[in-house]
Amino acid sequence: MEEGTRDLGKLSQLAGHMRRTIVEITTKAGSGHPSTSLSMVELLLPLYFGGVLRHDPLNPRWPDRDRFILSKGHGAPALYTVLAMRGYFPEADLSTLRVIGSALEGHPNMLRVPGVEASTGSLGQGLSLGVGHALAGRLDGRDYRTYVTVGDGESQEGQVWEAAMAASKFGLGNLVCILDHNEYQQTGAVRGVMPIEPVNDRWSAFGWHVIEIDGHDLGAVFAAYDEARTIKGQPTLIHAHTVKGKGVRAIEQDEKQSHYHGVPLSPDEARVALEELA
Amino acid sequence: MIIGARLGLPVGKATRNAFGEALRDLGRSHPEIVVVDGDVHNSTRTGYFAKEFPDRFFNVGIAESNMVGVAAGLAANGKTAVVSSFACFIMCNGFDQLRMSVAFPQQNVKVVGSHAGISIGEDGPSQMGIEDVALALALPGFTVLCPADEHAARALTRLMIETSGPAYMRTGRLDVPIIYNEESEFTLGRANRLRDGNDLTIIASGLMVAAALEAAHLLAEEGIEARVLDMHTIRPLDAEAIEAAARETGCIVTAEEHLLAGGLGQQVAAVVADTWPVPMGFVGLDNQFATSGAPDALLVRYGLTADDIVRVAKRAFGRR
Repeated sequence: MEEGTRDLGKLSQLAGHMRRTIVEITTKAGSGHPSTSLSMVELLLPLYFGGVLRHDPLNPRWPDRDRFILSKGHGAPALYTVLAMRGYFPEADLSTLRVIGSALEGHPNMLRVPGVEASTGSLGQGLSLGVGHALAGRLDGRDYRTYVTVGDGESQEGQVWEAAMAASKFGLGNLVCILDHNEYQQTGAVRGVMPIEPVNDRWSAFGWHVIEIDGHDLGAVFAAYDEARTIKGQPTLIHAHTVKGKGVRAIEQDEKQSHYHGVPLSPDEARVALEELA
Repeated sequence: MIIGARLGLPVGKATRNAFGEALRDLGRSHPEIVVVDGDVHNSTRTGYFAKEFPDRFFNVGIAESNMVGVAAGLAANGKTAVVSSFACFIMCNGFDQLRMSVAFPQQNVKVVGSHAGISIGEDGPSQMGIEDVALALALPGFTVLCPADEHAARALTRLMIETSGPAYMRTGRLDVPIIYNEESEFTLGRANRLRDGNDLTIIASGLMVAAALEAAHLLAEEGIEARVLDMHTIRPLDAEAIEAAARETGCIVTAEEHLLAGGLGQQVAAVVADTWPVPMGFVGLDNQFATSGAPDALLVRYGLTADDIVRVAKRAFGRR
């Protein structure tokens, strides 16, 4: 295990590299979800490069590791990229995304990819898994923490609220849910398809400690993870406001954004995006 | 109990009770066992475990989807996670979670569905698990078990717990006839031959094993000697025993307390068709829900008695 860095300049550089990689590999694959991957870059970097997550890329199943579960499994390109950058597997493997024979399937498969904590892709299931991990840690007397990233649209799934109730009942201070609130889901704006507001009030009412932040402000993200660590006997929701497709003008400025939900940039669009991100 | 009466089989405990006792006993020697409940532990009998091991028991309320997910998370940390509810509720309400969070990553989660079949009686069709085996078979890698009596339930519970990987076992609400004894041996994937005969074979599971024995007795009175197999493991299926039955007895009848669609009979038929085609007959619930009523009356109305097996067996035998 190495110490992380809180050098925001260095992390911003890494964010640029992550975004370029996400665009490159999804465009090369010809399918996938770049926009939902781009919205969570600054939520992942403090975990994997900022020392927030206790982990060891050389020992992915270390029993005392902190757990990170990507419940919004379609964000796989972002998870694969940060894992590869962190040394869980060679970065060269990223170019095999979605190709037959590659471990990097369209959605995460824990049996095939080192560092992937849970197989996901059917939305709504990750927080329940996180509750299970958190209960196991308590039962075994281990002090690891469990982080689960849930999408805003994903939180329309009833199971998320079943899990939210359970986390509260069991007083899981070792559980953090990160809500990637990027405002858009497959066919349109979350507020139009099925509103999830008031987010803070709803999660508070379910017994969670809520921290609301700008999910692209690395300093704020670090502060939220630090604050969550001080909360005992209660799970924490980090309500992160993000921008879907962050850093790629074509996606950010697309009126509906839904066009890019499950669609990669074309090679020409990608070329422009990579220049923007250079 | 109408089933087994003409054989004078003694009535023993419900398989759910035997499962609950076995689980509690195994809990003493297996500290890795944990139980996640959807607030029905007094029905499924995981309550026996809860009473002795409250720290390893988690009641998540009436929320089967979350129940399965929490169990998968526990299993990911080396726990043998048992989840139990009524067969219809855990398999239907928890199915997507069983698929994505348990079967796909092959987590060591043991799913036990109680109140299987129509013999639960008066509570009616909304509570009856009649499709649970079909759904469990649709989960790749799941072992699928169906104990016939209390001894089978105890033995299969132990085998299920001590064999790594996802598994489903169905249990019943009703006290059922005793077929086995404490010394009876069970091997996963190996059918138990309970009666010899060379004229036809009855392959049954669960409560219908006692009915099959009774039917064999009735058939013998008419000069037809039936072999009886208890197919307590529906996956992995004992294809060897099925092929041997086809070759050696020339026709096969199956009997199950489950929808015919996707159940034991169709699994057996696939093996028969693939190895040694012979005439077959099928006893089970045919494309319908049952209703409320006394268990015996329901078994009669929906064709799940020894007499029904005899009728179907004679037809198959006639085409031999």
